[in-house]
Order: sequence, then C-alpha cells, then structure tokens
Amino acid sequence: MEKEACSNAFSKMILEEAKRDKDIMVVCTDSRGSAKLGTYPDELPEQFVEMGIAEQNAVTVSAGLSYIGKKVFVLGPASFYSTRSSEQIKVDVAYSKNNVTVIGISGGVSYGALGATHHSLQDIAFMRAIPNLTVEIPSDATQMRAITAELLKAKRSTYIRIGRNPVPILYANGENIHIGKANKWFAGHDAAVIACGQMVCKALEAAKLLKNEGIHITVVDMHTIKPLDIDMIKSVAEECGCILTLEEHSIYGGLGGAVSEFVTQNIPVPMKICGIPDENVPNGTEAEIFQYYGLDGEGVAEKVKNLIKEKHK
Amino acid sequence: MLDKEQIKKLEIQASEICEKTVELIYNSGGGHIGGDLSEVDIMVSLFNYMKHDPKNPKWSDRDYFILSKGHSCETYYTLLSEYGYIDRRLLETYGRFGSLIGGHPNKNITGVEANTGSLGHGLGLASGIALALKRNRKENRVYVLTGDGELGEGSNWEALMSAAKYKLDNLTWIVDRNFLQISGKTETVMPLENLKEKAEAFGFKAVEINGHNYGQIFSALSIREKGKPVCIIADTVKGKRLSCAENRADWHHKTPTKKQLEQLKKDMAEYRKELT
Repeated sequence: MEKEACSNAFSKMILEEAKRDKDIMVVCTDSRGSAKLGTYPDELPEQFVEMGIAEQNAVTVSAGLSYIGKKVFVLGPASFYSTRSSEQIKVDVAYSKNNVTVIGISGGVSYGALGATHHSLQDIAFMRAIPNLTVEIPSDATQMRAITAELLKAKRSTYIRIGRNPVPILYANGENIHIGKANKWFAGHDAAVIACGQMVCKALEAAKLLKNEGIHITVVDMHTIKPLDIDMIKSVAEECGCILTLEEHSIYGGLGGAVSEFVTQNIPVPMKICGIPDENVPNGTEAEIFQYYGLDGEGVAEKVKNLIKEKHK
Repeated sequence: MLDKEQIKKLEIQASEICEKTVELIYNSGGGHIGGDLSEVDIMVSLFNYMKHDPKNPKWSDRDYFILSKGHSCETYYTLLSEYGYIDRRLLETYGRFGSLIGGHPNKNITGVEANTGSLGHGLGLASGIALALKRNRKENRVYVLTGDGELGEGSNWEALMSAAKYKLDNLTWIVDRNFLQISGKTETVMPLENLKEKAEAFGFKAVEINGHNYGQIFSALSIREKGKPVCIIADTVKGKRLSCAENRADWHHKTPTKKQLEQLKKDMAEYRKELT
C-alpha cells in the first residue's frame, strides 16, 4: 500500500494554496523541519512566522494574526501544543473564536524512544473538553488534505493531530471526507470498531483477519472527535450490538471516552476502549509500542473476538 | 504637547471616570478597584489619543487597544459607556447573571478587541495584531496595557522577544506600574526591577514616566522609533484618588462602603472646583 505522511500532504498543499491566498499564514516553533515545511519559509517569507521554541506565544500571536483576517496554521509537536499551550488554545483560539488551526505534529507515540516527554497521549482528552474547538485526527494524507481544504473555506478554531511517519493511503480522493462526518468501511454485523488516526489502518487489518475466520465487522473512521458524529455511532450500535474503540491515546478521555459518553446515555451496548493504558510507555519504536499493547492488526482482532463473546453472554 | 487647558480638561474627565468606576463597583458589589484606579489616567489618555470612532467601532484605520490586565475592566467599561460604545443600561447590568459584561472583557462587547482575563496574553495578542498589520502594510497602531504583577507570567517574555524580532514599531506596551499585587509589594512577591533595563535589553525603546501626569503620558504615547516597539513604564498609585485605598494591596479587589463612595464624590467635587 502506498504511504504518505500527513505532514507532507499538508505542507505541499499549503504552499500551493498560500501562493494564491495571501491571507494564509504558517507559524512554527523551530519545527519547520519536523513539520516538513520544505521550501515554504523561503518561498513565502511574508506568510511565514518563526516563533522559536515558544509554543504559548506562538498560539497567542496566531490568534492576533487571525483577528486581522489571517488564516493561520500553527505547527509544532502535539505533545507541547496540547499541554504547554492548552490555555492559549482555550482562551485565545477557541473562546475568542479565532480562525486558527493548531496542527500537533509527531503526535501519539510517533517519537518512539524519545519517550514520555514527547508522546502526546492525552491531547484528545485536553482538547475535546474545550468549547468551540474542532478536534481532528486524520487517518491518512487524503483526509488531511480534505480537512485542510474545508478549513480554508470556513472560519473555525481547530486542533489537528497528525503522526510523524508515513501512513498507508486509505482514500483515493476526498469526495466523501467532511469535518464532523465519519467514514464507514464494510457493513459487518458482528462488531463495530470505531478508530481514529493511524489506528484506522490497524482496524482494517483486523477486519481482514477476522473475515478469514467468518467474523464480519464494521470499521468507522472517526476522524472528527469533536463535533462527534453521533448519528454514525447510533447506527453502528444498532447494526452491530457492540463497539470497540481504538486510538493512539490514553484510554482515559479520548475517542473511547467520547464514544462511551454517547453510548451509555443513549444506546447502551457492550463496549471496549482500546488504547494506551494509564502508564508511561516503554521506550521503543512506534511499531514495537503498538505491538506491546496489542494495537496491531492481530491484537485488535483478538480484542474484537473477546468483545463479541461479551455481547453473546 | 498639551496646553494647560487640555490638561485641566483631562484631569476633570479622569476624576469623573474614577467616580463612576467606583460607583459601578459599589453598585455591583465588587471589583478590582485598586488596578482600576491606578490605570484611570492611562486609559483616559488612550481614549483621547488613539484613532478610534465609537460610531464605527470596526473602522479599518482605527488603532487597536488590548487591556491585558482584564480584571481592571470596570474603568474600561465606564469609558466604553462614556464614549457611547456601550449603552448605559448595559453598564448597569455589570456582574449580574447573564450580563454581557462580566469581571473580564470579551469581544462581544462593542469596542473590545480581545477576550482577556488570564494574565500574560495581551502582549502576544497585540504582537500578532501588530505583525498582521505590518504585513498588510497598514499604518494602525496597537496599544496594550499590562499590569506589573502580571509580568510574572513567562508568556510575556516570549512575546517581548518576538515583538523585537519582528521589529514591531507599531506596538506600544504600557505597564501600569503600581508596585503592588494581590499579596503585597511586587518587589517582595517576585522582583521586577530594573524593568526599564529589562525592556531595553529585550529590544524595546523604553521610557519611565509618572502615570498620572498627562503631559508625560501624552509625550510617551507619541514616541516612535523605527524598528523598535515602545515600552512605557507608567509609575502609578494603586487605588489612586480613593484616599482610603491608595497604595494598599488589600484594595486589589474590594467593595467600597457607602461612606467611602460619598467621601470620594466629595473629594472629586472639591478637586474639580480647585481646577476650575
């Protein structure tokens, strides 16, 4: 399967868009390399702001730029933006209704052996509790492009988390990708797996393995964590009778939390929340960490089978 | 430069704003009175000096003002009301359930440019606005008023670095330097001195003035230095004009008694009589 990093897709797209639209501004914090901004800073210096290692100020200055009509994309490690500048995102971006998109790069456990300081495994929990903030975790480069295109047309306050590494391209085009609308794969009735980010790919792998055993599941790509596509959750809960959530995030307060808040209060079905347990993860590569926690195709397939047993109890 | 008549007029206006601010706090049952009163002369100066039009609050050529010390909003609301940005009846709802005007300003209030209240945000916001204006080749100026205790927030110092880097010579930062914060003296809580040298070291054109002297305030507001943002350290008296509150940290947030309000009214009436 062909792969592309979401950061790569974004930077190529924003360079072209910014050449046409002089109000586009890209802000970064000594992160132009890891954000894969390429030639953007040199080609469009008037539409680029380098803030140095200062995430709080970067977000606040972005809010000020937006107040004068700029369409601002501020990029840096998800780990630092979602925690160190969470207050600036809450106050200056979301509460102040500024048209700023904070793109948390190298999210989740992308940094691998760099460890707990660099992992962003609480960002969904922090960000989705903020009123008026859209929260996106695209699963592939196509989704990243489609979401960016939508953000360029609308004035919104948004947090996007993307990974560092290339991920398989799941969508041929962005036709059916819209903020707030989940993408559904397959129509199995044994279980539904609701996933986000690169975990969607793991869910699709699990679906393939399970199919060989005669188990048919639905996979939901819930790229928008907020506003949550509750219609989709309701329909798969009805169709499948049980839901497993899958995310590269703490099992507390993330996608699993968001889905269960809706399910328990509206359409209770057996659920399993899968992600990173409440601990600091061992050092290792991203793939090793996923395998350790059973967040690969095989591990997910196993978890789904256990959930189906629960459903039939 | 201001002539004697202009100064007298401003001093009369300030005494009235002070009186109305204290009355607003008295009626609503609480407010950040100390910092409200230390900033009165700075705020009156800004409202007289800046390019703005209450009939056209979003005028594209206006100067921008951000009250970073958002808790000192009662003086701001009083001025917004006096200048016709907001209705007097709205002012009377201050602090009540569901009112648009609460203990910190927000952009839904006509004339307010930023949601403030959490300290250490105004300088960054003002810098972003100033940078966007520069990139758009616009001539508007941006003014931001911070407290002095507020400068304990590290985000201010990040903002100073970036304002200097981007040569924001369309930005004026004013510090309401009353030397007090809620727990006591700023120099005891977390020493700030020597603030002027600090601002200069960060790349600002800095001046220190008497923040209650209109001649000095206006001359500082007119400072322009190519390639450099301006810092005005305005030495002020917390609780200024309300004699029982002057220079007292325990008046950071307080409600005056009826008697204290009456005394202020008497004092201000006498003050105006002396001036005229």
